[in-house]
Amino acid sequence: MPKDHGIGASPKRREDVRFLTGRGKYTDDIALQRQTHAVFARSQVANGRIVNIDTTKAEAMPGVLAVFTGADFADVGGNPAGWLINSRDGEPMKEPKRPVLAHGKVRHVGDAYAAVIAETAEQARDAVEAIEAEIEELPAVTDMKAAVAGGALVHDEIGTNVCFDWGWIEDNRAATDAAIKAAPHVFTLELVNNRLVPNAMEPRASIGDYDPGTGDYTLYTTSQNPHLTRLLISAFVLGIPENKLRVIAPDVGGGFGSKIYHYGEEALVLAAAKKLGRPVRWTASRSESFLTDAHGRDHVTKIELACEEDGTFVAFRTETYANVGAYLSNFSTATPTFLHGTLMAGNYKVPNVYVNVKAVFTNTAPVDAYRGAGRPEATFSIERIIDMAARKLGIDPVEIRRRNFVQPDQFPFTSAAGLQYDTGNYDALMDKLGDLADLSGFEARRAASAAKGKLRGLGVNSYIEACGIAPSNLVGVLGSRVGLYDAATVRVNATGNISVMVGAHSHGQGHETAFPQVVADMLGIDESSIEIVHGDSSKIPFGMGTYGSRSLAVCGSAVVRATDKIIAKARKIAAHMLEASDADIEFKDGKFSVAGTDRSVGFGEVALKAYIPHNFPIEDIEPGLEETAFYDPANFTYPAGAYACEVEVDPETGVVSVERFTAVDDFGNVINPMIVAGQVHGGLAQGIGQALFEGCTYDENGQILSASYMDYTMPRADDVPFYTVDHSCQTPCTHNPLGVKGCGEAGAIGSPPTIVNAVVDALQRGGMSHVTHIDMPLTPARVWAAMQG
Amino acid sequence: MYAFEIERPSTLAEAVSALSAEGAQALGGGQTLIPTLKQRLAAPEVLVSLSGISEMKGVCPDDDGRLCIGGATTHAAVARDAAAAYPALAALASHIGDPAVRNRGTIGGSLANNDPAACYPAAALASNATIVTQNRAIDADDYFQGLFTTALEEGEIITEVKFAIPEAANYQKFLQPASRFALVGVFVAKYADGVRVAVTGASEDGVFRWSEAEAALSSDFSAGALDGLSVPAEGMIGDLHGTPEYRAHLVKVMTKRAVAAAG
Repeated sequence: MPKDHGIGASPKRREDVRFLTGRGKYTDDIALQRQTHAVFARSQVANGRIVNIDTTKAEAMPGVLAVFTGADFADVGGNPAGWLINSRDGEPMKEPKRPVLAHGKVRHVGDAYAAVIAETAEQARDAVEAIEAEIEELPAVTDMKAAVAGGALVHDEIGTNVCFDWGWIEDNRAATDAAIKAAPHVFTLELVNNRLVPNAMEPRASIGDYDPGTGDYTLYTTSQNPHLTRLLISAFVLGIPENKLRVIAPDVGGGFGSKIYHYGEEALVLAAAKKLGRPVRWTASRSESFLTDAHGRDHVTKIELACEEDGTFVAFRTETYANVGAYLSNFSTATPTFLHGTLMAGNYKVPNVYVNVKAVFTNTAPVDAYRGAGRPEATFSIERIIDMAARKLGIDPVEIRRRNFVQPDQFPFTSAAGLQYDTGNYDALMDKLGDLADLSGFEARRAASAAKGKLRGLGVNSYIEACGIAPSNLVGVLGSRVGLYDAATVRVNATGNISVMVGAHSHGQGHETAFPQVVADMLGIDESSIEIVHGDSSKIPFGMGTYGSRSLAVCGSAVVRATDKIIAKARKIAAHMLEASDADIEFKDGKFSVAGTDRSVGFGEVALKAYIPHNFPIEDIEPGLEETAFYDPANFTYPAGAYACEVEVDPETGVVSVERFTAVDDFGNVINPMIVAGQVHGGLAQGIGQALFEGCTYDENGQILSASYMDYTMPRADDVPFYTVDHSCQTPCTHNPLGVKGCGEAGAIGSPPTIVNAVVDALQRGGMSHVTHIDMPLTPARVWAAMQG
Repeated sequence: MYAFEIERPSTLAEAVSALSAEGAQALGGGQTLIPTLKQRLAAPEVLVSLSGISEMKGVCPDDDGRLCIGGATTHAAVARDAAAAYPALAALASHIGDPAVRNRGTIGGSLANNDPAACYPAAALASNATIVTQNRAIDADDYFQGLFTTALEEGEIITEVKFAIPEAANYQKFLQPASRFALVGVFVAKYADGVRVAVTGASEDGVFRWSEAEAALSSDFSAGALDGLSVPAEGMIGDLHGTPEYRAHLVKVMTKRAVAAAG
């Protein structure tokens, strides 16, 4: 019987009432008195020297209040990278300044070099067209290998386009090389992990407000982490004291990573608000989103897998070029390294792993973490080459994975890429997959497809990811410049209801529903009396926000710790009320009772007593019932899964249709199965999008060819099948109090190789043995071209 | 968008008069023009909306048995009202864009714009429709003159489009994955005096007739009649979504499918 409340139940998402009835309040919905509008002048060229920007005419246009250029911000700080990576030779990475507005040079199409503030957005737009910008176009570089080889420089002052050349684990390099040399079989695959545009439904938006009376700034912005944004603006960019800057991220319509980062527009609206003494607002057009949101993925990789005769993996060796775009976005240096290289052992007990990553500047939009962030790239490389090896060795793709899985009795297991997996059972996932996906029925379905003239293929895959980002001690050693704990405050109000202030930010994840389930379960009270507060730096404790499938594992753990403290204090108060000793008090189902008696007080009575402390042991216990906890995880969490899909390929046109998709995931304990299923569904749609549809393309001049929905293909409802998802194979995380692992990114990590494996399988079974790989997205044109040989 | 004046005539005569003004431009359903304006890629001084002219709307047969569709008739109306008389045409209309597009976009607007990936030009050319304006009637064979180029003159409005009803017809659209316009669309129409095959989406010159296929199908209306034929890749569009070779290949595949579906 499924639970109807608390942990493990699936109450409907309470936040959906306002979202589905049009009552959500997003940044662009906020209207402030005397507000003004900012519009940005953006570069049309990918690489150019700013010779002169004449704003005289623009300033004289109707309604124009101010025009800013890069010169206005020449003396303030740059937007920093949050992670220091050292190259193999020990040299620190190159960190060119990322200014609020481009100054001296523009470095990608869409790079903002000026901004107009006017009474209306239309007036600002008119004035932007009146700015006379003399920009000398320079040759652009968009291809990573060309950028490394020489040619145009994105940042003249660093003299190279290579940000870093990183090896992981450098000490394992020689052993890996030797193992590959000695192995009887070595398979090699060159592949592209295609560049993606995040495409959150809500475009980025920011409103800056300044109170001349108090000197206080407020920034309303589309952020996944208001405190992090505040820290970046305060400590690095504008120097506004943290306690004079309030950052509010209200309802946010999707992020997928792209709203983790601080962007120049946020600094601009704050600085402009101060100068004008009026609020300044900006909302990105969809075109601006395509040009300036941090893109995702964009790796070019060569991977080698060395095997014994029986398919036992001996070594993985990888060389990857990772595009960081024109500037370093905040997490851009961590994504291709510690979120990618450390996962290059997959679910396998392979003894040798070596990864080389060259991060490369190009004249394209910055690239940073996007749903999965590094782990999809790792999984894609590993699982594609394993599939190739299985095929060439004549071993069933499920079997070759099973032969190499880390075994349940080997946990905790330190992988050859350096992470310690705390727990898992990969064979159990594969067993479940075999049942749910009905793998044994594939041949019959293939025959039915063949009768319709379609080529059917089966793809399987297993993945592991590192979530619950992240243990501060560990990431500090690895180069992180921040800690990655989170925080929660549980405030029990006098009347017994509860406000929980959390550092995590919900922009689609359902925190407002799931977190109360945890607290309600612990306190034995009704979850409807618990409210989550998030997104406002002046209301919530300092937390690091939401990304990397961390909210429940890290912030949820802080909620548990704070609730533990509440229970401990309430127990003392109850003991006093019941005239018993603390040790004799039992807490169950929302009631404190004296063991072995029928004397008890309810949680609500204790709360009231805490706030009306008459006859209260004021010497021993403070009044009030409010507790805060910071939680820093001891390790990453390691969700894992086994996926299968079946595709049909139209041999005449190359059209791929996904006929079945089964995702079996181990997320550890599950708080709200419905929300978990929804997260997997969304991740699968994005992964299928990457595999079949989405591809951000720049031409050699740095013009973006897929800058609108006319050319950038998003997955739509009729592109995806009804999914079968399962999360019943649970090996709870061993080091956080909820035993949870995180579920937000799994679908996007596990699905792309599953799809590509299936399409290659379909073509191979269809007699096209020459097709061993097709680069994503597997558009009809690409599949057809591959079939032609 | 830039500021502009808008005129909303209720008769054709008023519309013609309004369009004679300097800087005036006709606005059909606005499914191309409005996005263009939003991107500030056009700056007409006056827009003359054709959507309030009742004499330019509707679907009805004429005395010669042709199906006559007012230039301001929406795709949704064609999908509904042409279904009995010309099901292939109605089916085409029912798959243009999405419901919002189909309830605003018009047949006259589509043909006047002559987007190389639009659906209607294939139907008009395959049916040798007559494009009627306030001044004259133009055969489809003379009307389409390349990408976004037609025989229309300045100020000329498509008031009506007349389709001869074929014995059998079908339209096959291969979707450009992102826009869901036609990457290649083939309309096949079989008349007593022969078969016509019109292809949209594929050619750098816009909609065209595949005359070899027409000849083959006129003597044998079966998919197999196309077996030995092929379309040269030269002159086909190459872009993110398909090479010229791919488009040329799809022309044949879609033509075969249209013939098979037309029966």
